[in-house]
Amino acid sequence: MATDLTQSAEVQVSDLLAAVIALADDHLILGHRLSEWCGHAPMLEEDLALPNMALDMLGQARALYSYAAELEGRGRTEDDIAYLRTDREYRNCLLVERPNGDFAHTMLRQFYFAAFMQPYWQAMTESSDATLSAIAAKAVKEIAYHVRHAGEWVIRLGDGTEESAKRMQAAVDALHPYTDELVADEDVDFAVVPNRAGMRARWEATVGHVFREARLAVPDVAFPLSGGREGRHGEEFGYLLAELQYMQRTYPGLTW
Amino acid sequence: MAARVKADDRAALGWRVAAAVPDPEIPCVTVEDLGILRSVEMEGDAVVARLTPTYAGCPAVLAIELAVETAIREAGFDVRVERVLSPAWSTDWITEEGREKLRAFGITPPAEKRSDNAFFTEIVVACPRCASEKTEKLAAFGSTPCKAHYRCLACAEPFDYFKCL
Repeated sequence: MATDLTQSAEVQVSDLLAAVIALADDHLILGHRLSEWCGHAPMLEEDLALPNMALDMLGQARALYSYAAELEGRGRTEDDIAYLRTDREYRNCLLVERPNGDFAHTMLRQFYFAAFMQPYWQAMTESSDATLSAIAAKAVKEIAYHVRHAGEWVIRLGDGTEESAKRMQAAVDALHPYTDELVADEDVDFAVVPNRAGMRARWEATVGHVFREARLAVPDVAFPLSGGREGRHGEEFGYLLAELQYMQRTYPGLTW
Repeated sequence: MAARVKADDRAALGWRVAAAVPDPEIPCVTVEDLGILRSVEMEGDAVVARLTPTYAGCPAVLAIELAVETAIREAGFDVRVERVLSPAWSTDWITEEGREKLRAFGITPPAEKRSDNAFFTEIVVACPRCASEKTEKLAAFGSTPCKAHYRCLACAEPFDYFKCL
């Protein structure tokens, strides 16, 4: 399939590979963050919801890593790419690696991400790449549940009690500076991978709608925070990777 | 000609064997009822069964593939199971018979589709026991990725709803 692509659409496979890995990394890392809530969520229903969404994200990540391994054609497997890279080799945006914080932080982070991925997956269903359009066709159905679930929590807490409103606004102030990187463009062929910047207006409309319902203010961001796409991550990311990779680092080649 | 007919017969037998494999988490329905068994063909002497996942991250995917592979092998065939993603599975692939089996088992089959992001709106989900439409959602995410949890306000039965995807 990699050969067909280079010949027919003159796509630089290395650019496509980078975009697929960045997308897979976003899903693996945010999925891992969600899974950290398992057994710790504030109520049983959320203890089911968060790992459920994590599973969707791991499934999407897995399909993308598996395709990346195929594109790369160097004999690495999806697991090698997911588990055996160093922190600098991960290309996820900084938003998804932010620590869970309180429930408001977790739900807002999820809402920001899902509200962006919904139009992104929708656009990718039209990709000229058959594998990516097939992955997107599945993901676009799953993401609708994530937008609704996380969006409802942002509204419920933002327009809730004095304490919940204060916490949700604190989450907005802390996380909003990281959203710029989520919608920043990549250097790829837009017939294959959607133009991220092109999704910005739809993302802002969804966020604006929910924030009005939630009585939340969008902060002015003087200095957007970025770096993850270039492999520069925050301190907390090292701890996340240490847990994520523990088994394969400690017992190389271990299988179930 | 004789060999060709024989191959078709073998493919048909392979389909029957594969189609009868139950879902490991919802054993009242088979892979055929769920619409995840896409094709069974002969390639040389081997049966090739193609399956598609329900949810991308469904942990049952591997178990289902293994169960289909085992069933076909036990029927005396060489077998290969392949995963296909396109066209994407949706709950529209569940057969009418599958929907009835789910209901009889106590799981309400998928109802109406929603494509917008209408927050805090609820769809009508009828109770699988008493058919009352007076029900309430307890949790949007249930015991498996494909289900939500509901309660009937008429007969008090708690039940699973197979979410529309």
